[in-house]
Amino acid sequence: MTVDSYLPAGMPAPVPSGDGLDAAYWEGTRRGELMVQRCGGCGTWQWGPEWLCHQCQSFHIQWQKIAGNGLIYSWERPWHPVHPALREMGPYTVVLVEMPLAGNIRMLGNLLGPPDQEVPIGAAVEAVFEPHDDADTPYTLVQWRLSS
Amino acid sequence: MSGRGIRGKVAVAGIGETTYYKHGQSPDAEFALALQAILRACEDAGIKPQEVDGFASYSNDRSDPSRIAAALGIPDLRFSNMQWGGGGGGVAAAVANGAAAVAAGYADCVVVFRALAQGQFRRFGEAAPDPTVSGDAAYMAPYGVMSPAQKYGMRATRFMHDYGVDRGVLRAIAMASYQHAQSNPRAVMYGRPLDAETYDASRWIVEPVNRLFDCCQENDGAAALLLVSAERARDLRQTPAYLLGAAQGSDHRCGAPVMNASNFGSSSFATVAPRLYEMAGVSPGDIDVVQSYENFTTGVMMAVVEHGFCAPDEANEFFTLENLTAPAGRMPLNTSGGNLAECYMHGLGLQLEAVRQIRGQSCNQVPNAKLAINIAGPMVTPVSSLIMGSEETLS
Repeated sequence: MTVDSYLPAGMPAPVPSGDGLDAAYWEGTRRGELMVQRCGGCGTWQWGPEWLCHQCQSFHIQWQKIAGNGLIYSWERPWHPVHPALREMGPYTVVLVEMPLAGNIRMLGNLLGPPDQEVPIGAAVEAVFEPHDDADTPYTLVQWRLSS
Repeated sequence: MSGRGIRGKVAVAGIGETTYYKHGQSPDAEFALALQAILRACEDAGIKPQEVDGFASYSNDRSDPSRIAAALGIPDLRFSNMQWGGGGGGVAAAVANGAAAVAAGYADCVVVFRALAQGQFRRFGEAAPDPTVSGDAAYMAPYGVMSPAQKYGMRATRFMHDYGVDRGVLRAIAMASYQHAQSNPRAVMYGRPLDAETYDASRWIVEPVNRLFDCCQENDGAAALLLVSAERARDLRQTPAYLLGAAQGSDHRCGAPVMNASNFGSSSFATVAPRLYEMAGVSPGDIDVVQSYENFTTGVMMAVVEHGFCAPDEANEFFTLENLTAPAGRMPLNTSGGNLAECYMHGLGLQLEAVRQIRGQSCNQVPNAKLAINIAGPMVTPVSSLIMGSEETLS
């Protein structure tokens, strides 16, 4: 599913790195798919993207679609705005999410919901997609919401 | 003990700093500040500036050693060194790199320096103005994770969760720095004490870890220290502070993108601290005074724990204002006021303070301090730390 933008307009927009390393991830989010790396040699999951497997040093890295089910590993709630787009925003919540179905790699995003909600470490969350179709280079962010 | 270590081979013979300013308030250019601090370190040591033959710094300092050497009229520049990595994690490593050059004979007199005029350049605590981001930043900045407080808050939240660390620990660390600054006329926060009520009422920067007073200042100024061989230091005017050990680095995949470090709830010192003690030949219990870089009070807490001063589940009892303050505290911490209350000179001020403690010249002197530890820039990678000692610690 997709959601409206959690943070205000004007935030820095992600663009795939110029060397092509993470194009598969960003193309996947546009389709509503979560693509991460898995070693074609030894099967080790890996995130963020790298050119080779940190476990066996194979360059045979594959991209694999994973289910967006994770657990909150850590969190924070910035109050002090450091970017002009956030000046009128107030506090917002960021979660680091561990993915047990993909070797416990971690992914980062905002936790949807009110800015004063409790954020229980260990709670189950699921990924939702936040498309930015009007950007110069359209992109889609991955956000998180507590599983019901 | 291995003959490869640095123990007893090199000493700090001189220290110098400029006036410390709030960010944007230096009347002098950043490069001029660097020159002032270097000249004062030379004067402190009783060494002519033309005798300096090497420079070491960190965090991409903008004051280029070749330009400094030209400005000072140095006839033979023999060593120029920059420690990789952002943040203050490189400050002890810069000292160690300079000392290694002296020990190896690459140079005889190396200045370690850092100059910052955040008013003349971009502030550390503000987001970069770029409209697009790629690489690691693409996975963080669009979600509002841009400043150091935001990038490292996540590590601290996890550590405090894992070990049940209370916010009182962070308050004690902040108040110790402010208390020490009240006897330090160099300190930007001199004359501006901090009480518990003010700390508790201060606004969140990043919940649940960083209130305003948990975060370092941003300042203008410069600091420098001068390294020579132990033999030469004994003939100079100041009491030498000998380098006993130094270590840098970080553990398994600490720099993995998108916060995927294996040991995430950590200040990055898990493998570095044991190497430091092994080289120095001392234990945490031998240390008289601790200087531990405050980017954030959480980083101090984690780094002190990872250097073995207390177990993580003892932090709530260990980190009290009484324990952390000179002269009588169990572990006097950041006795100049540190980055929080003296000056954020990217941690180099804390190195100078360790030298003062070994000399017996601190504004908050720990009686008969013989061993001082310096812990740099927690939570970044690479991090670094070092131990200095007095003459009697060498035997």
